[in-house]
Amino acid sequence: MKREEVLELQEFCKETRRLTVKQIASLGLGHIGGALSMVELLAVLYNKCMNVDPKNPYMEGRDRLVLSKGHCGPGLYTVLAQKGFYPIEELYTLNKPGTILPSHVDMLKTPGIDMSTGSLGQGLSCAAGMAKASKIVGDNAYIYAIVGDGECQEGQIWEAAMTASQFCLDNLITFVDVNKAQCDGWVDEIVSMNHMKDRWESFGFFAQEIDGHDVEQIYEAIERAKETKGVPSVILLNTVKGKGIPMFESMAPKNHHIPITKEMEAQALAELG
Amino acid sequence: MEMRKIFSQEVEKLMQTNDKICVISADMAGAHDNFWIQDKYPDRAFNIGVCEGNMASVAGGMSAYGMVPFIYTFSSFSGRRMLDQIAISICHPKLNVKIVGSDPGISATILGATHSALDDIGALRSIANLVIFEAVDERQLRQAIPQIAAYDGAVYVRVIRKEAEDIFDDDYKFDLFKADVIREGTDVTLMATGIMVAEALRAVEILKEEGISAELVNVHTIKPIDEETVLASLKKTGCGVTCENHNILGGLHSAVSDVVTEKYPVPLKAIGVHDRFSEVGPLDYLKKLFKLTAEDIAEAAREAVKSKS
Repeated sequence: MKREEVLELQEFCKETRRLTVKQIASLGLGHIGGALSMVELLAVLYNKCMNVDPKNPYMEGRDRLVLSKGHCGPGLYTVLAQKGFYPIEELYTLNKPGTILPSHVDMLKTPGIDMSTGSLGQGLSCAAGMAKASKIVGDNAYIYAIVGDGECQEGQIWEAAMTASQFCLDNLITFVDVNKAQCDGWVDEIVSMNHMKDRWESFGFFAQEIDGHDVEQIYEAIERAKETKGVPSVILLNTVKGKGIPMFESMAPKNHHIPITKEMEAQALAELG
Repeated sequence: MEMRKIFSQEVEKLMQTNDKICVISADMAGAHDNFWIQDKYPDRAFNIGVCEGNMASVAGGMSAYGMVPFIYTFSSFSGRRMLDQIAISICHPKLNVKIVGSDPGISATILGATHSALDDIGALRSIANLVIFEAVDERQLRQAIPQIAAYDGAVYVRVIRKEAEDIFDDDYKFDLFKADVIREGTDVTLMATGIMVAEALRAVEILKEEGISAELVNVHTIKPIDEETVLASLKKTGCGVTCENHNILGGLHSAVSDVVTEKYPVPLKAIGVHDRFSEVGPLDYLKKLFKLTAEDIAEAAREAVKSKS
């Protein structure tokens, strides 16, 4: 990736974070931590990888994203707005009556959302179903799925992993946002998901472990995943919950779903620079 | 012919012309006569293994991609094991998945309590965007499958695997959303689903000999219930008996009660399993054990008629 492309993506990420803070602050509370930890991934996917058309969000043969950790919708909503799926102003309707942007992602409400999720563990199975359907149709699309590391405590994640492996779904690229925190605290202290790479490899995945805030590493890992045929891919993103805003980072692990006052918003935006 | 064979034949017929239809089994391909379909359509018909919840979500994803998956398991697992996945991966996003639950209620016979779904309708009925249909016989099932496939939305199909008693004749015209008046009568309405239709039909004959004119309605689609037909019959007869192979809590009796209570209160008796788990045993034994026989229905009908005055 060229230096200017990296800088452009970093600038995109900064704007994503700014708008996500403003979006959640407009409501006064929300899932800020996990929305901020996946920003670089979304920036790379929507700017460099995914075959999607904001003007035709239901285009046949498009690449699809399933945000299995559906509570992090606000992060994705921002990126979809930045890409032109709907006006930026929509962001400030988050979770308000009649909004197209509900707390957990809803494919019937939001242009650009490919699958509704919200009950953790299910989205990866849905993504596997899409990848299987894509193979049946033969449209050569890629299906991307984002799961949380806490979400990996759900048994269904591993049922989905078995399906992806058994059906050789090499068109399915799964990302685990390893931000190390879940609703109640640190993942390691609740139910550890250590040896994560070994776990996925033992399920038959091509697993890569990278810095989830390095856009170049993310892009290159996706390229390697695409080149790997016959097995599904997982990319483990080493991330920081609340990334990019020291105030939120320092609150981890208690930054899953928090109130954001006007004062906090001002401080967060100042910290973001 | 066994209902599972009718099912597989009719679905396969549709697959010949509709390349969106898929068949997914959760280690129940043999039980549902799907091996030959898997052989014929290896891409669209496959076994996903023992992971029913995952199967439901995979099917949701496939439907979001435009496919029309039929997913097969025992009804005991459709209601309990897949409940959250049916709600969140299928019904909330209004996806087009056909959920086939076999061996409902006491038809699981010797498999006993764990495999006898007496709660599947109750569990699933409160999920929005889901049609719930229970098949009665071969002629009905053959007509039902193309309509279910053509309906753009989630349908739960409750069906026995073995042979069903013939109820309908060759002139029968099925409508997924319209209940069938099988016998007309004036004194009491028997509303029945699945294997209980045959028992209710025998009850009609028992009652006829006693001078009680019973109307028999097959409420094959429990949700959305055909209010018009149910209410028209109850307005005519003034009382009813619901007959179901399910817990009386949450199933047909509850569905009919919901309508009757609000729109036309009349005496209503419940034939079904009264809030118990099933037992092991042959079908006839279980029908007697849970008071699901024609004589039990006739007795409930007599009481219903008496309670009108």
